[in-house]
Amino acid sequence: MIRLLAALLFWACSAQAQLAIEITGAGAQRIPIALAPFAGEAALAPGISTIVRADLERSGLFRGLELPPIVPEPTEATNINYAEWRSRLADALLVGSVQPRPDGRFEVRFRLYDVVKQQALGGVAYTLGKEQLRATAHRISDFVYEKLTGEKGVFSTRIAYVVKRGNRYELQIADYDGAGAETALASFEPIISPVWSPDGKRLAYVSFENKKPVVYVHSLLDGKRHVVANFKGSNSAPAWAPDGGRLAVVLSREGGSQLFLINADGSGVRRLASSSGIDTEPRFSPDGQWIYFTSDRGGTPQVYRMPASGGEPQRVTFEGSYNVSPRISPDGKTIAYITRNAGKFQVALLDLSNRQVQILTDSDRDESPSFAPNGRMILLATVINERGVLSAVSADGRVKQRLSATAGDVREPAWGPFIE
Amino acid sequence: MRAVLFPLIATSLLFLGACATEPEKPAASAPVEAKPGAKPQAVESKPVARVDATGRSTGSPFAALKDPNNILSKRQIYFDYDKFEVKDEFRSLVEAHAKFLRENPSAKMLIQGNADERGSREYNVGLGQRRSDTVKKMLTLLGAREDQIESVSLGEEKPVCTDHSEDCYAKNRRDDMLYSGEY
Repeated sequence: MIRLLAALLFWACSAQAQLAIEITGAGAQRIPIALAPFAGEAALAPGISTIVRADLERSGLFRGLELPPIVPEPTEATNINYAEWRSRLADALLVGSVQPRPDGRFEVRFRLYDVVKQQALGGVAYTLGKEQLRATAHRISDFVYEKLTGEKGVFSTRIAYVVKRGNRYELQIADYDGAGAETALASFEPIISPVWSPDGKRLAYVSFENKKPVVYVHSLLDGKRHVVANFKGSNSAPAWAPDGGRLAVVLSREGGSQLFLINADGSGVRRLASSSGIDTEPRFSPDGQWIYFTSDRGGTPQVYRMPASGGEPQRVTFEGSYNVSPRISPDGKTIAYITRNAGKFQVALLDLSNRQVQILTDSDRDESPSFAPNGRMILLATVINERGVLSAVSADGRVKQRLSATAGDVREPAWGPFIE
Repeated sequence: MRAVLFPLIATSLLFLGACATEPEKPAASAPVEAKPGAKPQAVESKPVARVDATGRSTGSPFAALKDPNNILSKRQIYFDYDKFEVKDEFRSLVEAHAKFLRENPSAKMLIQGNADERGSREYNVGLGQRRSDTVKKMLTLLGAREDQIESVSLGEEKPVCTDHSEDCYAKNRRDDMLYSGEY
């Protein structure tokens, strides 16, 4: 099992802040799906079908049907009576079973059906230990999601975020739904701007443990980390190039906050752009061709982009006097960013093809948007009742979720990539 | 107690005695009589300049940094919203620190720029950096050496006041000037 707890600045065992998800909106058209309890799943509480149901409903694209007890329990081997499931208004049906094995492990099998088209959509068998229950259920959710929507599911991905409790900061990694949080780094000084490497194995972030911002790269498997940029002045705003070998960073070593490229091992630093303003928050486009960033070279902070190989920046945002923190969608077609809108800081989405801007949130202190790797949802930090919480909104603005910790301020979320 | 102390004191006195400069005796082979009217010889002392970087001794120039009656004990410069110009009321403070850095070439300063909490954390790192760079530039124009000063930013991460009010924001938009040993 992956160990994230090595190489802490120090140890202190306080209660883990568990994130709980609350859904506050849903898509207009949700696929009604019947999720029959897996035969024998009581042996693995809280039950595979319960976790799969929560996953699918959280996406905002599915509605899990309420089912009466069915005798005998259907399994992946049962012959499906499509008319009967259609009469329960199901468009899709998931059935399966959990069998204990002599070695103490379990075997889970499932089968998915399209009830409308009256066809089987396939199934998989897994063997697992108790501790892989959630991971296995998330993989089943990914299978269902992809078969029924045509897009990859993000149920097996992870998120990183920073929790502040008192004067203590923890960089935590959790499943996409906030479960299984583990602390990768704890410090008495701030930690900001975590970003996942494209392979999902490392995080780059900014730590203030040296009384100034310094950029680190941290390997999650073994907890080893190294300094990438600790030049005179401030070192901040890391962004991975899609090749995972280089980072764009913001350094003040030559005066002002300016964009540089640096190898992930800290070598080969070179200047990327030059302005008399603040240039910060770089992000590579998924194809690696462009770097989007925030700059106030024109008087107010706006989103710009420039070729990753260097060249003249072009302004991207024009509406409003404060547009920051650009994040490019995984398909490269839209950017999410934070806009100041009548004194409120909200998440906006800009369609790069037609320049349409849509405000996605109705909160007022949003920060740090982060796309799910399938582009469907955007994770963000906001403030509710004077406490930092994580929130998520679908790219169409319809589905809204809130993840709140049991204690402390949660901020600086970063949604990790797909893991094979 | 006394039995322990006495040898200590005695030893200290011995060392003090050893350190004291003995007056030079005239060479015996060439006696020089101090005749009335004779030109007196010039006696030159060879003082050793003492540098005290502990900041504790009241005789050290570094003590001024901690003396509440001295302007040098003031280390905060406050800025207006979204601004980074040093306001007139802080000019004499920056000048005093420039003079101190000029007169104490061994002194090193870290300037931490800060921003209020509104807006993007990374853009606020940029705003704090602009504020610390401004004061660093002013200090060097006033004669401090460039390599005596590092200007950095803590963005919005280190507020001194955590209410969400303009009063509070004004306290957080600041530079902190810190000398070696203070950070």
